[in-house]
Amino acid sequence: MTEFEPRIVGFLCNWCSYRGADLAGTARMKSSPNVRPIRVMCSGRVEPTFILKAFQLGADGVLVLGCHLGDCHYAQGNYKTLRRMPLLKKMLAQLGIEEERVLLDWVSASEGARFVSIVNDMTEKVRALGPFKQNSQEAKHG
Amino acid sequence: MAKLKLAIYWSASCGGCDVAILDTNEKILQVAEIADIVFWPIALDFKRHHVEAMPDKDIDICLFNGAVRTSEQEEIAKLLRAKSKTMVAFGSCAHLGGIPGLSNFSNRAQAFERAYVESQSCDNPDKVFPQTMTNVAEGELELPEWWDTVKALNQVVDVEYYIPGCPPTVPIISQLVDALAAGNLPPVGTVFGSDKALCEECPRTKEEKTIDKIYRPHEIIPDPEKCLLEQGIICIGPATRGGCEARCIKANMPCRGCFGPPPGVTDQGAKMVSAIASILGLENEKDLSAEYVESLMNQVKDPAGTFYRFGLPTAMINRKRI
Repeated sequence: MTEFEPRIVGFLCNWCSYRGADLAGTARMKSSPNVRPIRVMCSGRVEPTFILKAFQLGADGVLVLGCHLGDCHYAQGNYKTLRRMPLLKKMLAQLGIEEERVLLDWVSASEGARFVSIVNDMTEKVRALGPFKQNSQEAKHG
Repeated sequence: MAKLKLAIYWSASCGGCDVAILDTNEKILQVAEIADIVFWPIALDFKRHHVEAMPDKDIDICLFNGAVRTSEQEEIAKLLRAKSKTMVAFGSCAHLGGIPGLSNFSNRAQAFERAYVESQSCDNPDKVFPQTMTNVAEGELELPEWWDTVKALNQVVDVEYYIPGCPPTVPIISQLVDALAAGNLPPVGTVFGSDKALCEECPRTKEEKTIDKIYRPHEIIPDPEKCLLEQGIICIGPATRGGCEARCIKANMPCRGCFGPPPGVTDQGAKMVSAIASILGLENEKDLSAEYVESLMNQVKDPAGTFYRFGLPTAMINRKRI
């Protein structure tokens, strides 16, 4: 059996974090290949529904990256994300989804190295947790 | 026109949906005019073997209330589906999973432990649990199998229409009866009710929404004129289909979400996370530390239970991972 490779969906904001990821790439920094980036205009655009859908479709983790607080291109977008995330995570915990499977962090356009370290760190945490259990109870007793 | 054949059944439910049908008062006479009731366990003495003896598609319309959580409920749902031309998921439990769907926060073993061992009124030192087969002197006794996961009706059989509500309101039941009487049923898949969120029909005044304190309904007496969310009371109205005429709101109680999500919304809980998080701590949002934000959100004691009160089995994550 091959080793478990986590599939992590990464929502990266267009103005800072996606560019940070780009910088890591152009600077040829190596990072875990486990994050599938999806560019969004702002971390504030990431509805909780997106995160649930990622899990529903088989993701093992979801990473949301935005501009540092105070740096949002839209002034307040990332403050919305900051408030949404703890409530969502509390709800997900009640549904048996481990806290480490969802991460919100900030990466600016100049922080390629920071992007790499967040991605590597999260990949190892999710790897340690193992695959996200899909409908774990459905196999038996309906 | 020949009279329609009508069946009414209950599975994992409280009986409130059956009472709601009786609540239609004189409308029930119109039902009797247009339909013969061929099966209704709560009110009439027809048995399962009577249904089994019917030809397929003999019943014109079946109003099925209750969620599906045992092998017997699934068998009856499939039997009634085979015998009915039109299947209606009647009430929140059949439509969304309903209150019994909250059981998806646990599994069979945990639910049995709670019900037959831990509960305060239970004295069961030998830990006797229900068994599907029991041998007694008279022979073998059989009970339905109890599942880990509660399902909505359309997760077990095909469903043509949905009547939302816990219980469904008389005007919504009347809409269905009138459509049946006129032989003018809407497209398959229709959920009776409004196509807009409850806030649209809510009579309260709505102003700028920004709060920093959440109150549970027993902690304050709300202003009857003002939006409940603006008063810090969690109201599921923004993420709930309208059509109930805001009956809880008019009784000065917040919406609990029994009509399920409005069209276009797949997950009521996710939308409520957005709704609450966007107004809680909005004022001075730039000055709030991450720790303070967390403490603000921690005022919501039971987000999953509150936001998915009626719809966990049909949510995107439909049960707790155990």
